[in-house]
Amino acid sequence: MPQNEHIELFQKRYGFRMDYQERQRKKKAREHKLQSKMAQKLIGIKGKIFAKKRYSEKVQLKRTIKAHEEKKTRKKDEGKVPEGAMPAYLLDRENTSQAKLLSSMVKQKRKEKAGKWDVPLPKVRAQSEAEVFRVLKTGKSRRKGWKRLVTKVCFVGEGFTRKPPKYERFVRPMALRFKKAHVTHPELKATFCLPIVGVKKNPSSPMYTSLGVITKGTIIEVNVSELGLVTQGGKVVWGKYAQVTNNPENDGCINAI
Amino acid sequence: MCSCRLLTRVSLTESAKMVSKRKLSESDEKDEIAHVLAQFKSESGELLESPIDLPLNITAENLQLICNAFIAKNDSEPTPYTFFVKDVEVTSNLASALKNAVLDSEKVLEIIYQPQAVFQVRAVTRCTSSLPGHSEAVISVSFSPDGKQLASGSGDTTVRFWDLNTESPLFTCKGHKHWVLCTAWSPNGQTLASACKTGEIRLWDSATGTQKGKPLVGHKQWVTWLVWEPFHLNPHCRKLASSSKDGDIRIWDVVIGTCLINLAGHQQGVSCIRWGGTGLIYSASQDRTVKVWRSEDGILCRTLQGHAHWVNTLALSTDYVLRTGAFEPAEVGRPQRILSPEEAQNKALDRYKQVQQIGPERLVSGSDDFTLFLWNPESDKKHIARMTGHQQLVNDVKFSPDSRLIASASFDKSIKIWDGRTGTFITTLRGHVQAVYQIAWSADSRLLVSGSADSTLKVWNLKTKKLHLDLPGHGDEVFAVDWSPDSQRVVSGGRDKVLKIWRY
Repeated sequence: MPQNEHIELFQKRYGFRMDYQERQRKKKAREHKLQSKMAQKLIGIKGKIFAKKRYSEKVQLKRTIKAHEEKKTRKKDEGKVPEGAMPAYLLDRENTSQAKLLSSMVKQKRKEKAGKWDVPLPKVRAQSEAEVFRVLKTGKSRRKGWKRLVTKVCFVGEGFTRKPPKYERFVRPMALRFKKAHVTHPELKATFCLPIVGVKKNPSSPMYTSLGVITKGTIIEVNVSELGLVTQGGKVVWGKYAQVTNNPENDGCINAI
Repeated sequence: MCSCRLLTRVSLTESAKMVSKRKLSESDEKDEIAHVLAQFKSESGELLESPIDLPLNITAENLQLICNAFIAKNDSEPTPYTFFVKDVEVTSNLASALKNAVLDSEKVLEIIYQPQAVFQVRAVTRCTSSLPGHSEAVISVSFSPDGKQLASGSGDTTVRFWDLNTESPLFTCKGHKHWVLCTAWSPNGQTLASACKTGEIRLWDSATGTQKGKPLVGHKQWVTWLVWEPFHLNPHCRKLASSSKDGDIRIWDVVIGTCLINLAGHQQGVSCIRWGGTGLIYSASQDRTVKVWRSEDGILCRTLQGHAHWVNTLALSTDYVLRTGAFEPAEVGRPQRILSPEEAQNKALDRYKQVQQIGPERLVSGSDDFTLFLWNPESDKKHIARMTGHQQLVNDVKFSPDSRLIASASFDKSIKIWDGRTGTFITTLRGHVQAVYQIAWSADSRLLVSGSADSTLKVWNLKTKKLHLDLPGHGDEVFAVDWSPDSQRVVSGGRDKVLKIWRY
């Protein structure tokens, strides 16, 4: 039996004492005296810890008191004008609040100009060459091993034509070529299927960027002209950056934010 | 008398023949030009003079000269006209307009002429000032009928008056308890009525910015539209009508401050009302009907049915004339003497009658079912035309000031132009990338400005039926657009809390 359980063991075996409830009640009633004594006596680090705990307890107490008081007196919120003022023709319609959309667009443009990237996934595991490429043995007796097969999803542009097969060093299989990505807007929480314009940067290596390999954490550029966003200068926004969030070779689709 | 007239007629036809002969001699070398017997006909069907022989390559300018010669008016300014042959406009010369049509050389070809406004409005090109001041989105803006004062209502519950000469704020009127949804100037330009989301209507004096009288309380839900009684019916501007989401239309007396009549009949909220020139009130509602009431006693005259979804907006062909009352936009530059109420009333009545000559008062209603209906509400229960073509709900409809064109703005990012008399489709104006919220015509009916959710305004030229100018600059959706009745300025306000004034 552990050292500290003798009280519980006794209570289990023989039940409570006759005056147990009363004694508990009285002890609780005396607790405030103990608390105030402690508050005055404790000094040093113990005092600080005690003071902190006591302060948070007091805050909770005040909150519950206020909540109780509010229930007693019910009065109208005076002077509270809700936000999101709309003209009469929009009042009955449910419009997705695009209040933040434009401001976030402007901010993103500014950040792009400054070269800062506010990526949702800051740290991504770097992919080694052995993971991304697989050796493709060629030649009559299958001895030559200079060709590589890309095992990850990649993006090739529209006018892509393969190099002559004899000289091709990196083989990108057609099954692993994707043109569209499911892009989620972080604030609107809506997902759109938008065509990819290009691969901007693959965090593992610039070689992957040039090949167009898309792995988790790659920044791709998508065509957002369907959404109909306009900049302040009046030009229509048609391209935006998104970061890939899944492992596309496992899932069969590209999800991005 | 008779012979005199004959002589003048002959001389006029001589001048016309000279014009046509000149054209003939020029191009005689090229080839044989077909001639056609043509007669000018006005819009209302009156035939002008006798048929004359015209070569097919006669240009529009020459047609104008001939027409002006026929209609010798007292004022010296020649009125520009547009000509229509078999519903096709004559833009360059007669031959191009008749390209597709089959010409019967036996019959007389009718050329319908329409007088255009003598003055020409210059398009607004630049934003002269952005007026910050509101702390919430600007919901409604309106110019006074003489175009000299500007008022705006916003979501921060204030109504602000702005000085147009210095483009700075004049007065801030506090008092409303909720968003100010609509504002309406009285036709004499002295009072502004504003309504808020709690159903209260307040009247403000435009000269001092103070509230006139008590707030008019009575509606149980928010007020969707405010309209004053037309000037020519009562020059003292005492009556005001308001429509609300609770389905009521109330007519108020602003001097006493009470509700005179409550027109209850709609089953759902009323989205728009208009006060016609003959004293009828037209109301559009979410219960898919448009009702016609008599304003003196509040009796329902007619119910116009046909829409399949909420009816959003209404527009009257006499809207512009009723709004400006006794102020004539063409007289802006000249010094004016202050008219007494009776004189002003007569002047307003004259102007109203002029527009009536083109056709009876027509009403167009735009709805959530993507269509518009053209009605003749004073006489008929059946619509004149159903105008389909939009792919999303129609948010705003406006008649041009000369009541010949109808423009409809829709959430499908396009604006469609229709003929004002028959409702036939003319063209679509595309360019916006998001829903078009509001449109406004210039006083000469040649330019149209539209404000949209994509935060830009676009000016469209109706002569070429193309985009004239793009006016970006707002930071967020544009909720309200207005062109001043003297066509000097355009004001726009939106969610970015800033009012922008645009000028030439």
